[in-house]
Amino acid sequence: MRISELANPSRFVRAANLVMPWLSGAAAIVFAFALYRAMLAPDDYQQGATVKIMFLHVPSAWLGMLCWALMTVAALGTLVWCHPLADVTAKAAAPLGAAFTLLCLVTGSLWGRPEWGTYWVWDARLTSELILFLLYLGVIALWRTVEDPSRAARAVAILTLVGAIDLPIIKFSVDWWNTLHQGASVLRVGGSTIDPTILIPLLLMTAAFTLLFVTLLLAAMRNEILRRRVRTLRLLQASVAG
Amino acid sequence: MRVNAVDLACRRGGRDVFAGVSFQLARGEALAVTGRNGAGKSSLLRIIGGFIRPAGGRLWLDGGDPELSIAEQAHYLGHQDAVKPSLSVAENLHFWTAFFGADARKVQDTLERVGLGAIAALPAAYLSAGQRRRLSIGRLLAVKRPIWLLDEPSSTLDAAGRDRLTDFMKSHLAGGGLILAATHGALGLSGTQELSLDQKIPLPVSGDNLGGGSEAKVGAVTP
Amino acid sequence: MTPLSALLVRDMRIAIRVGGGALIGVLFFVVVVTLTPFAIGPDLALLKRIGPAILWLAALLASLLALDRLFASDHEDGSLDLILTGRAPLELVIAAKGLAHWLTTAVPLIVAAPLIGLLLNIEPPAQAGLVLTLLVGTPALTFIGIVGAAIAVTLRRGGLLLAIIVLPLTVPVLIFGVAAANAAVAGPAPFGTPFTVLCALTLASLVIGPFAAAAALRLDIE
Repeated sequence: MRISELANPSRFVRAANLVMPWLSGAAAIVFAFALYRAMLAPDDYQQGATVKIMFLHVPSAWLGMLCWALMTVAALGTLVWCHPLADVTAKAAAPLGAAFTLLCLVTGSLWGRPEWGTYWVWDARLTSELILFLLYLGVIALWRTVEDPSRAARAVAILTLVGAIDLPIIKFSVDWWNTLHQGASVLRVGGSTIDPTILIPLLLMTAAFTLLFVTLLLAAMRNEILRRRVRTLRLLQASVAG
Repeated sequence: MRVNAVDLACRRGGRDVFAGVSFQLARGEALAVTGRNGAGKSSLLRIIGGFIRPAGGRLWLDGGDPELSIAEQAHYLGHQDAVKPSLSVAENLHFWTAFFGADARKVQDTLERVGLGAIAALPAAYLSAGQRRRLSIGRLLAVKRPIWLLDEPSSTLDAAGRDRLTDFMKSHLAGGGLILAATHGALGLSGTQELSLDQKIPLPVSGDNLGGGSEAKVGAVTP
Repeated sequence: MTPLSALLVRDMRIAIRVGGGALIGVLFFVVVVTLTPFAIGPDLALLKRIGPAILWLAALLASLLALDRLFASDHEDGSLDLILTGRAPLELVIAAKGLAHWLTTAVPLIVAAPLIGLLLNIEPPAQAGLVLTLLVGTPALTFIGIVGAAIAVTLRRGGLLLAIIVLPLTVPVLIFGVAAANAAVAGPAPFGTPFTVLCALTLASLVIGPFAAAAALRLDIE
């Protein structure tokens, strides 16, 4: 079965049902291993053990952005190629991305409080991340407001494409503006500056989060396909009732 | 119980719509209000329903509950169906039944009677225009009020729906109800009085109004 | 179920199911608060001082959002006509609708306010006072707003006119609400005086609002 054949919703649901147990198992295993390595990682000389919030904070930030990037690709899929599963992907991904972004904001806030003396500062990176969260909520609200899923998909696709401009802003905010937030240390020109004892658990946690995201995404997509089937059946029921 | 109207006149948007409309309607009687578009059929029903004040004339009720106005003892079925799309079919009817103080247990039976029993749990957004009209008619059946004010009630209904409506109207009249209906075609009820508003248009310029106080369709309109 | 409780339940169901549900108001509230540092600058000390005022303004504007649909949606599908033919007094009907609006629009705001307050550097002890003033003051915003909603119901650009009518009337509530919230945040002024006045304003609006709105709706009967 080729990937393109998965575009058929029914085939997709069947494939998702097959793959999901394996994916969730893999996610659980990688999580367990990553948490174990995170526990072993050394404490920070200044912050002590609170530095380990980083293992939740950084992956969730990355996944929040990855999710919007996925939604952007799905938006192009809807508008340009009219791929049947594109809008299902976008709709399923939005709440997940919002959750990851919220996790990032909350963990970051708790992490920064001892050092900054406040739960929140309006610096460039935090603000652009908050904007991303609000964009997610806006997209979710838009999905729920327009009743017809295919019309909603087009409106949301445009909003997603426009909102994608926030992603590079978040990434480069620590370079462009004077911020309280730490500068880039992993994905930067010249290679990462983090010690491997911290980098490895970080990457493992990221892998675990990604597997979790994919599992949840497939489940949400399956639910959305079933939801649309219910809607079609209801329309049929109403017209048959006479 | 009798609904009496003498010399009712109506003004909408600065325009004299009709004048000199009189009728009497007793229990078990039906009145068909006819006329071309714009003659004021809907306006007359809305005057009786208490939504518009008449520009002149008198409207009163003999009998009935003296504490209540005509509007509070009447059902108004207008062009709009008052159906909320986000509620289910049953929830819509439940609301009106509870709001008008009728017995909520009759909702499912009423839905069966109007042919919507099978889709009671469906969100009302999925209904066609005819089905929404039938849901509104369900309101008239579930809540007992003596006077029915119907504005082109069969307009979105198919043939089966129209037959059902005629049956409902017949049982309402047999039970001592009154019906005033604005309609283009025939109501399908025997013994209906007819009130044609085409003769009730006052002449604007000469100040000499045609169409005096009689309720029969006498005379022709001189333009 | 009594007629009024049926109306309350219906309005709440519709508010929760339609569109973004109750969360649209909260989202608007958060967006307005987020915009203020862009306009005013990120100085945390300044934001802490004017934080309660910003939250009150945002709550006021968010309450206003759902107000113009209060009567307009019923007017558009003919439900308002039918509600007028009911035997429940119109004033109580309007009060029930006002209560539904407050429960679905203002209460989520009040719940979200402490979290949003963190964005403006309002510390948890001060948040209690802020939440209390919002709890007591937002019903006044709703019940003053329904008067404007009733006046504007038949107008096409009703939403804008509604805002122009209602906002000046809510000024006393805003003044005392912010004064009480500030007293809770910063002291030295006592909290009790403005808070008591706020309670009085709310109680007055709970009575005057429905009567004025009923009069306005009846005026629609030409």
